[in-house]
Amino acid sequence: MAHAETKTRRRGGSIDLKVIGPIVALIALVLIGVALNPNFLSYANITNVLARSAFIGIIAVGMTFVITAGGLDLSVGSMAAFVAGLAILTMNVLTDSWGVGLPVILVGVALALVAGLVAGLINGLLITRVGIEAFIVTLGTMGIYRSLITWLADGGTLSLGFEMRELYRPVYYGGIAGISWPIIAFAVIAILGEVVMRHTAFGRHCAAIGSNEKVARYSSIAVLKVRLATYVLLGLLVGFAVVMYVPRLGSASASTGLLWELEAIAAVIIGGTLLKGGFGRVWGTVVGVLILSLIGNILNLTDFVSPYLNGAIQGAVIILAVVLQRKTGTDR
Amino acid sequence: MADPILSLSSVSKSFGPIEVLHGVDFELRPGEIHALIGENGAGKSTTMKILGGYIDQTAGDVLWQGQPLRFTHSDEAEARGIIMIHQEFNLAEHLGVDQNVFLGRELKRGWRLDHAAMRARTAELLAQLDCPVDPSARVSDISVPSKQMVEIAKALSRDLKVLIMDEPTAVLTERDCEVLFRQVERLRDEGVAVLYTSHKLSEVKRICDRVTVLRDGAMVRNSKVSEITEDEMAEAMVGRELSGLYPAKALPRAEVMLEVENLSVPGMVEGASLKLRRGEVLGIGGLVGSGRTELAEAIAGLRARSGTVRLEGKDLPAAEPHVAMTRGLAYLTEDRKGAGLLLEKTLRENLTLPLLDRFGGVLIDRKAEEAALDKAIADFAIRVPERNMAVGNLSGGNQQKLLLAKTLLSDPQVILIDEPTRGIDIGTKQQIYQLIADLAAEGRAIVVISSEMPELIGLASRVLVMHAGRVVGELAQDEINEGAIVRLAMGLKDSEGEAA
Ligand SMILES: Nc1ncnc2c1ncn2[C@@H]1O[C@H](COP(=O)(O)OP(=O)(O)OP(=O)(O)O)[C@@H](O)[C@H]1O
Ligand SMILES: [Mg+2]
Repeated sequence: MAHAETKTRRRGGSIDLKVIGPIVALIALVLIGVALNPNFLSYANITNVLARSAFIGIIAVGMTFVITAGGLDLSVGSMAAFVAGLAILTMNVLTDSWGVGLPVILVGVALALVAGLVAGLINGLLITRVGIEAFIVTLGTMGIYRSLITWLADGGTLSLGFEMRELYRPVYYGGIAGISWPIIAFAVIAILGEVVMRHTAFGRHCAAIGSNEKVARYSSIAVLKVRLATYVLLGLLVGFAVVMYVPRLGSASASTGLLWELEAIAAVIIGGTLLKGGFGRVWGTVVGVLILSLIGNILNLTDFVSPYLNGAIQGAVIILAVVLQRKTGTDR
Repeated sequence: MADPILSLSSVSKSFGPIEVLHGVDFELRPGEIHALIGENGAGKSTTMKILGGYIDQTAGDVLWQGQPLRFTHSDEAEARGIIMIHQEFNLAEHLGVDQNVFLGRELKRGWRLDHAAMRARTAELLAQLDCPVDPSARVSDISVPSKQMVEIAKALSRDLKVLIMDEPTAVLTERDCEVLFRQVERLRDEGVAVLYTSHKLSEVKRICDRVTVLRDGAMVRNSKVSEITEDEMAEAMVGRELSGLYPAKALPRAEVMLEVENLSVPGMVEGASLKLRRGEVLGIGGLVGSGRTELAEAIAGLRARSGTVRLEGKDLPAAEPHVAMTRGLAYLTEDRKGAGLLLEKTLRENLTLPLLDRFGGVLIDRKAEEAALDKAIADFAIRVPERNMAVGNLSGGNQQKLLLAKTLLSDPQVILIDEPTRGIDIGTKQQIYQLIADLAAEGRAIVVISSEMPELIGLASRVLVMHAGRVVGELAQDEINEGAIVRLAMGLKDSEGEAA
């Protein structure tokens, strides 16, 4: 039942690369990983990989909706850094008056979520109400947030107070049944995202708008509202990713979240969502995120290829993914 | 008789497991205008695409002057002078008209593009076609019929041997058709072989020399046009006898469903007013560009407007298509590909798109959607080779039927239909006319915008005619005839009409 529109394009019986391509790549990577290092499948390594991919993963789920609806958001990396800085500053200030405790964390969490949402709203409003290209708007806000976090941190690092950090730590390092919170959060958001994309009117509307905005409008879909909602959702998820990220290092600096936007977009595209919009799948994005982080992980675990070549290999994978998509897309 | 220039010898074509053409033999000769007719989904476009080198046959041969030939690319067909104009336009929307006409064959002076020459040549071609479009206009800004004229200009600008046109007249008004026919006849006299398809049989009868009838992917009849009547053509197409095309007209009731007062859309419509009653079929005639579509779109909330629109006595806000829909007003667009359907999506997704909130709560109820699709396929006799196919792969007429099904899914009380039977075969036309009459008889109020006079005359109990953005006249029951509509549409004062 998955994606009938791609199925009809293939000739009798052959397998659709678009559907299974990313999964095959993921399996291949796992096999390579196992072959190169027996520790690859160890509990510690897998947990580590998954927990680290959670931030990009959570953001990439939101990005899937934005791209499916024909948009783009380049600002998420800087936005994450800025929101993290804001949350840390606020928590530090509150600690002074309220003392170390749960209320401070709750305020920090709430602030991160609200700030992410507002930042997404600003992007969305500029794009839908003022009518500026998404690329331009988010290129602008990307610069703005990056510079704001640098300014907030005065060029250095904003750190959460030591005791606060200890208190907040379990949100990243803790978990239930041996599965850490970030992994659980990522999984839940991915599943929800997949359901929303595939089985709700909102997901259907996103795909319709990305596919042909005019048809969507003539089908009485509130195009601007849906589009705005995708940016707000993405902002909120950035806020959520920050909530999971801050306890990891307990700090934010000018280099926090650097290039996250590109990794998130790359994961979405590797997963089979069309960059021009009109078709998106969240499970693909999850596979894309895993592929990207496994590449880095495998390079780190082996001395076969220098980890410095991580970017090069990721880049090649992204290009390859798009080429494969193109191949199955032309015989319509 | 000249030897065939391009022919098919037992050509079959399958898409995946489904065979849509079964061993077709066909000959096209220089200096003839040849019509290929058949029901929606019979395989006309597929046949033409094979002839034009756009797709490959699965079995059999394409013969060029008697020699088997396999094009690997449509460029090779074009190099031989075989030019095809597709049913769905093939224009780069963001480029200018002149840039489109010379796309891929730009005129150059040295290494630089010769814009002036291209523009001048385009202007010449458009003048030949009586088409008032500015060569430098952007294609996305011109009307649908003008786009068709641009396609034709593009074909005329080349060294033609074979001209293949897939339903060129579906989007043209009668006047534009005349212009096109003159050009086509000129080409024929110059020895060009012309193949074209149309669902307007009177047109076939008038200008074609030979006609081939396809039914369900097989050739069922081939004869000189002079030896076959329109009725015989229709019957060969549908494989059964056809009774009268138009059903009896329903009588309007008293209750006013839609009232439009002094509606204006800047630059498009000026001060239009109309009243539509329950059970009434109101026709709107006029030339393309006279503001008919804009008027309907403004009523449906798809365009900014001034003036008032009242639906069942209550004001309808401007620019809120969703409100219009939930209050029971639906609009069927004339631009099937651009505004009607998502071509890459399945039938199911297209059908339920405007109404997803009625299919399930938070989650979409897939079963209910499938059931709705079953019903639409049955009610509108949509021919689908495969249920899960992308809509873009349906034949043009079947796309139109799906669009109708989509528009009527919300069970609207007021229905504005813009060109209801564009690209629809005669058997289905009859079904759609019956459907319109039935809807009216059930007490719905219907507006039919059409460039086909017989359609207005056959369906409407009252006709408004627009000219240059204004409603220039109203024709009641017995005043509705071709002459009267044309006079008003051309902006000529009519003694009976209340010309503005
Ligand atoms: N790319 C494709 N994939 C699958 N089926 C296709 C494809 N193209 C056409 N078909 C099917 O082939 C059949 C013939 O289609 P075709 O477009 O040739 O019909 P047609 O005679 O031109 O009809 P119309 O009058 O509606 O334009 C239809 O059933 C159509 O759905
Ligand atoms: Mg066709």
